[in-house]
Amino acid sequence: MTYLIAFAIIFLLSVIVIQIGKLTELAARIRGEEAVERSSTNTQGLALVAFMIVFLIGCIWSAYYYKNQMLGYGPLTSASAHGFELDSIFNITLFFTGIVFVLTHILLFWYAYKYRQTTGRKAIFFAHDTKLEMIWTVVPAIVMTYLVANGLIAWNNIFPTLTEEDQYLEIEATGYQFAWDIRYPGADGKLGNKDFRLIDPANNTLGIDWTDEHSVDDIVLGGTDKILIPKDSLVKVRITAKDVLHNFYLPHFRVKMDAVPGLPTSFIFTPVKTTQEFREQLRAYPEWQVPADPEDPTGPQKWETFEYELACAELCGKGHYSMRRVVEVVTREEFDTWLAGQKPFYATNIRNTDKDPYKGKRLFDYEIKTRSRELKSDISGFLTDTTGTASRNIQLKHVFFETGSDKLSDLSKHELENLNNLLKEYPSLKIELAGHTDNVGDAASNLDLSNKRASSVMAYLIGLGADASRLSSRGYGQDQPVETNETPEGREQNRRTELRIISK
Amino acid sequence: MANVTIHEEDVLIREQGYDDHFHAHHHGDKYQTNFIFHYIFSMDHKIIARQFLITGIIWAIIGAAMSVVFRMQLGFPEESLTWIKPFLGKWIVVDPSTGIGKLAPEFYYALVTMHGTILVFFVLTAGLSGTFSNLLIPFQIGARDMASPFMNMLSYWFFFLAGIVMFYSLFLSTGPFSGGWVAYPPLSALPQASSGSGTGMTLWLVSLTLFVVSVLLGGINYITTVLNLRTKGMSLWRMPLTIWAFFVTAILGLLSFPVLASGFFMLIFDRSLGTSFFLSDIFIAGQALDRVGGSPILYQHLFWFLGHPEVYIIILPAMGIVSEVMAVHARKPIFGYRAMVYSILAIGFLSFIVWAHHMFMSGVNPFISNFFVVFTLIIAVPSAVKVFNWITTLYGGNIRLNTPMLFCIGFVSMFISGGLTGIFLGNSAIDIQMHDTYFVVAHFHIVMGVAAFFGMFAGIYHWFPRMYGRFMNETLGKVHFWGTIISAYAIFWPMHYIGMAGVPRRYFSFDTFDAFKHFTEMNKFITVFAIIAFFIQLVFVINFFYSIWYGRKMKTKNPWNATTLEWTTPIEPIHGNWPGNLPVVHRWAYDYNKDEREFVQQHIPLKEGEVGDH
Repeated sequence: MTYLIAFAIIFLLSVIVIQIGKLTELAARIRGEEAVERSSTNTQGLALVAFMIVFLIGCIWSAYYYKNQMLGYGPLTSASAHGFELDSIFNITLFFTGIVFVLTHILLFWYAYKYRQTTGRKAIFFAHDTKLEMIWTVVPAIVMTYLVANGLIAWNNIFPTLTEEDQYLEIEATGYQFAWDIRYPGADGKLGNKDFRLIDPANNTLGIDWTDEHSVDDIVLGGTDKILIPKDSLVKVRITAKDVLHNFYLPHFRVKMDAVPGLPTSFIFTPVKTTQEFREQLRAYPEWQVPADPEDPTGPQKWETFEYELACAELCGKGHYSMRRVVEVVTREEFDTWLAGQKPFYATNIRNTDKDPYKGKRLFDYEIKTRSRELKSDISGFLTDTTGTASRNIQLKHVFFETGSDKLSDLSKHELENLNNLLKEYPSLKIELAGHTDNVGDAASNLDLSNKRASSVMAYLIGLGADASRLSSRGYGQDQPVETNETPEGREQNRRTELRIISK
Repeated sequence: MANVTIHEEDVLIREQGYDDHFHAHHHGDKYQTNFIFHYIFSMDHKIIARQFLITGIIWAIIGAAMSVVFRMQLGFPEESLTWIKPFLGKWIVVDPSTGIGKLAPEFYYALVTMHGTILVFFVLTAGLSGTFSNLLIPFQIGARDMASPFMNMLSYWFFFLAGIVMFYSLFLSTGPFSGGWVAYPPLSALPQASSGSGTGMTLWLVSLTLFVVSVLLGGINYITTVLNLRTKGMSLWRMPLTIWAFFVTAILGLLSFPVLASGFFMLIFDRSLGTSFFLSDIFIAGQALDRVGGSPILYQHLFWFLGHPEVYIIILPAMGIVSEVMAVHARKPIFGYRAMVYSILAIGFLSFIVWAHHMFMSGVNPFISNFFVVFTLIIAVPSAVKVFNWITTLYGGNIRLNTPMLFCIGFVSMFISGGLTGIFLGNSAIDIQMHDTYFVVAHFHIVMGVAAFFGMFAGIYHWFPRMYGRFMNETLGKVHFWGTIISAYAIFWPMHYIGMAGVPRRYFSFDTFDAFKHFTEMNKFITVFAIIAFFIQLVFVINFFYSIWYGRKMKTKNPWNATTLEWTTPIEPIHGNWPGNLPVVHRWAYDYNKDEREFVQQHIPLKEGEVGDH
C-alpha cells in the first residue's frame, strides 16, 4: 500500500511538472514569445548575480565557520614536523586559487548579467587578442611554477634517504583485513626479516623469520594496544600488507602511504607534540570543552579524551572503515621505559615450542641471566635459611650430557659459568657435585656413569678457575631417584646433576 | 524522402553545393525500410546518437539512485532503511532488537563501485561522447554519415551488451563487484578478499571489456570521419570546437583504452589462470598464496594510463559543447578559437603523461612523482586559458539566458571550482594529506562529474530540436538548471571541508573514529541535497521524454540562428542529412556580428574582401 501511495505521488508530481511546462508555453504564446523571453532574460540575469553573491559569501562564511574542524587551522595544527610545511603550502595554494576563484566567478556571472540580451543592442565582434591571451597564459604559468617549486622542495624533504648514521626508530605496520599489527625492534634496534610463507595464524601472524637474529627481540603489538611513538624522534614506519592494499594514514601527522603486498613502503616523520600536549592545545577551544559523552555531563571533557588515530585510506574490503588504532606520542624517556617493559613476541610465544629454531641449540642473554638469578636464589635460600627446612641439595636444572656419555652439552656451560660466578660471590662455600641416573641399564655402569659425569662437571668448573679444594664430586648411580622410574618423564627427572652444599 | 519540403536556404546548397552523387544511390535504401532497421539496428548516426543518449539517461538514473541510497546510509545512519528492503532484500540488514535496517557494508561498497563505474563509463563516456560525437560529427563537418555506419552500429550494441552484463551483475547473490571503480588488485583479483570479487568481478570485467570494444569501434570511426569525410571547404581550422573536442577525445580513447584492456586481461589471467602479474606475498583467508612475483602497482599504472585520459575523454566533449553553445547564445565568436584548439591539443597530449598523480601515495618511488607533479600542474595553464576565453566570450555579448546558456555558465563555474582544487591535489606534497579524502571526492565530482553533466545538459537542451524536431520546455529547463547548480554545490562544496578535516572517502561509517565523526549535521545536509538533486533530475527526464512527443515544434531550420552546418539540414531529419548536394564551407564556424549581419552560416560564400578564417 505504501508503495502504491508512493507511486501515486510520483505520478501526480510528474503530471504537475508536465502541466507547469504546458502552462508556461501557453502563457508564452498569449503574451508573445519575445516579451516572455525578454522578461525571462532579465530574471535569469538577476538570478545569476544573486546566486553569485550568495554563493561567494556562502563559501567564505562556511570556510570560516568550519575552520576549527579542519586540519591546519584552529586547534588541529600538525602533530608532525613536516606537517607544518604541508599546511603552509596548502595555504599558499589556497591564497592564489582563492583570488582566481572569486575574480573569475565575479566576472563570469557579472558578464552574463551585464551582457544579457537586450533588443536593439549588438554583440561586439571580439574574436581574439594576442596580448590578452599571452597575459593569461604567462601569469598562470608563473604562479604554477612557484607552487610546483614549493611543493617539490617540501616533497623531496619529506622523503629523504636515511643512512646508517641517522638516528631513527624504525617500526613496522602491517595491514590486513581488517586491522593493523605493529612491530617494534627490540634492544638491537633492528626489525627482523619476515616472509609471508611463515605466517601462522595461531602464533606468527606476521610471518616473522625466527632464524634472523634481529627477530627474536622484536615486539609485536596486536589487538587494540596503543601504538606508542616518541616525541621529537625521527620515526620511520615500514609499511607492509598481508592480503590486499591498505593505507597507513595518520591524519594528525599528515602521514599517508599505501601498504602493498610484496612491496614494503615507508614514511618518515617526526612527531612534535605528545598526546598530552595536543590535548592541552585543544583545551583552549570551546568546542572541545564539552563532555566527551553527552550522556554523562560530569565525565571527562572532549579534549581530555582526544587521541591520535591510525586509519586505513585505501579501500580494502567491507571492513575498510573500521581499521582504527590509537596512537600515543610520549616523551623519549617514557617511550624507552615502555619499550623496555614489553616482552618480545618470540620469548612469550615461540621460545622452546616446536616452531623455535633455537630450541635446545642456543641460549639468549636474557635466559642466562634468568637462570643465574634462579640458581642464586636457590643457593642463597639455603644460606640464609633459619628454619632448617631448606634443602642443601640444589638441582642444576640446565646441566645436560650427551646420551650415555660424560661429555657436557654446549648449553650446560652457561649454567656452570653462573655457578662459578656464585662460588666467587660466596667465597666460603664448599660443595659436592652429585651425579644421578635413572634405572635403565645395570646399576654398576650407572654408578660409573654418574661418577664420571660428576667429575666432568667438577673438571669444567676448575677449568673456569674454581678453587679445587672447595669442590668434590660423587656419583650416586640410580639409588636416589626423585621420581618414579616407571615413566619417561620420571626418568628424565631422575637423570640429573645436583650440587650439595657441604659447608656454608 | 519525397515529401521533404525544400526551403529557400537549400537553394544555395543545391546550386553551389558539392555533388557527391549521393542521391543516385539513395533509392531503395534497405536500412531505412522497417521499424527494426530504422529504430533499433540502425546505422544512421542520428538514431545511434539518440540510442546512446537514452541508454545513458537510463544508466544515469540507476547510478544516481544508487548514490541516493548510500548517501542515506551516510547521512542518516540512525534511520531505518527497512523500507527499501523489498528492493534490496538481504542487503538491508535489520537489527532484530531495534528493528533498524542498515545497508550491509558489502553492499555499500558495491553501490559505491557501481555508481562510479556506471557514471564514468556508461553515462559520461558513452552517454556524453557517444551521443554528441555521433550526432554532431557528420552534421557539423558536412558528411552524410559516419565513415563506417556498420561499425557505428556495432559500437552502440557492444555498449548495450556491456550494460546488460553489468545490469545482470547487480542481481548476483554475492553482489556486484565492490572493490571500487578502479578495481585495484589484490582486492579485485582474489575472490576470497571480498564477496563482490567473485562472480561480480568476473561480470564487471566482461562488461568493461565489451565496453572497451564499443569505445574503440566508435573512436576509430569518429577519427576517420573527421579526417576523411569533411565537406569541401571544411579545413581543420574551420571546424567548430565541438568537432575538435570529439576528435581529440576519440584519439585519447583509441590510445588509452587498449592499455586498460591489457590490464583487464592480466587481471583475468590472475583471477582464472593462476598467473601473478599483480600478486605477490599474499596471505589471505588463512592461506599463503602460492604465486609470487607480481606487483599490484603495475595494475595501477595500466589503469591510470587510461584512467587519467579518461577524465579528459569525459570533460573534453563537454568543453567542446560549451564552447559552441556559448558562442551561439552569446552571439559572439568564441574568444581565441586557435588558443582553444591548441589548449584542447595540449590537454590531450598532457593527459597521457600525468597518470601517476593518482599514485603519489601508492608506493611508487617518490622521485618519479617529481615529473608527474610538473606535468600535472602544466595542465592548469591550458585549462586556465580555456576558462578565461569562455569568460571573454561572454564579454560584450548579447547573451540569451536560456537553459543551454545557463548550463554553459554553470559548466564554467563548476570547471573553475573543481579545476582549482586540482591544483592542490596535483601537488604531491599537499596530496599526502588530501589523497583519498573527501577533498578528492569533491574535486572530481565537481570538475568531471557535475561539470561534464552541465556540458551534456547544455548540449541536450541546445540540440534537442535537431534531434527530435521539437524544443524542450524552457521553464522546466530553468527549474532543472537552478535546482541542479544549487544542489550540486550544496552536495560537493561541504565535502571540501570534510576532506580538509582528514575524513577518508569510501567509509561506510564515520563513527569508528573520533577524528571523523564530527560531521553528522553536514552529512545530513549533503544527503538531503543529494535527494533533492535526484528529484530535480527527474524534472529533466520528464521534460525530455514529454518533449520528444509533445514539445514545442521546431518551425524553422535554424532556430538558434547558429552558423554550423547541422542547422542547414531539413527539419525532418533524413538519411544522408542533406537532400541534394552537400553544403560547401566558406568560413569558420563563428561569424557572429562580424559585420552588419547578425550571423553568417558556414556555407554562405564570402563577400568581396571578406576573410573566411581566423
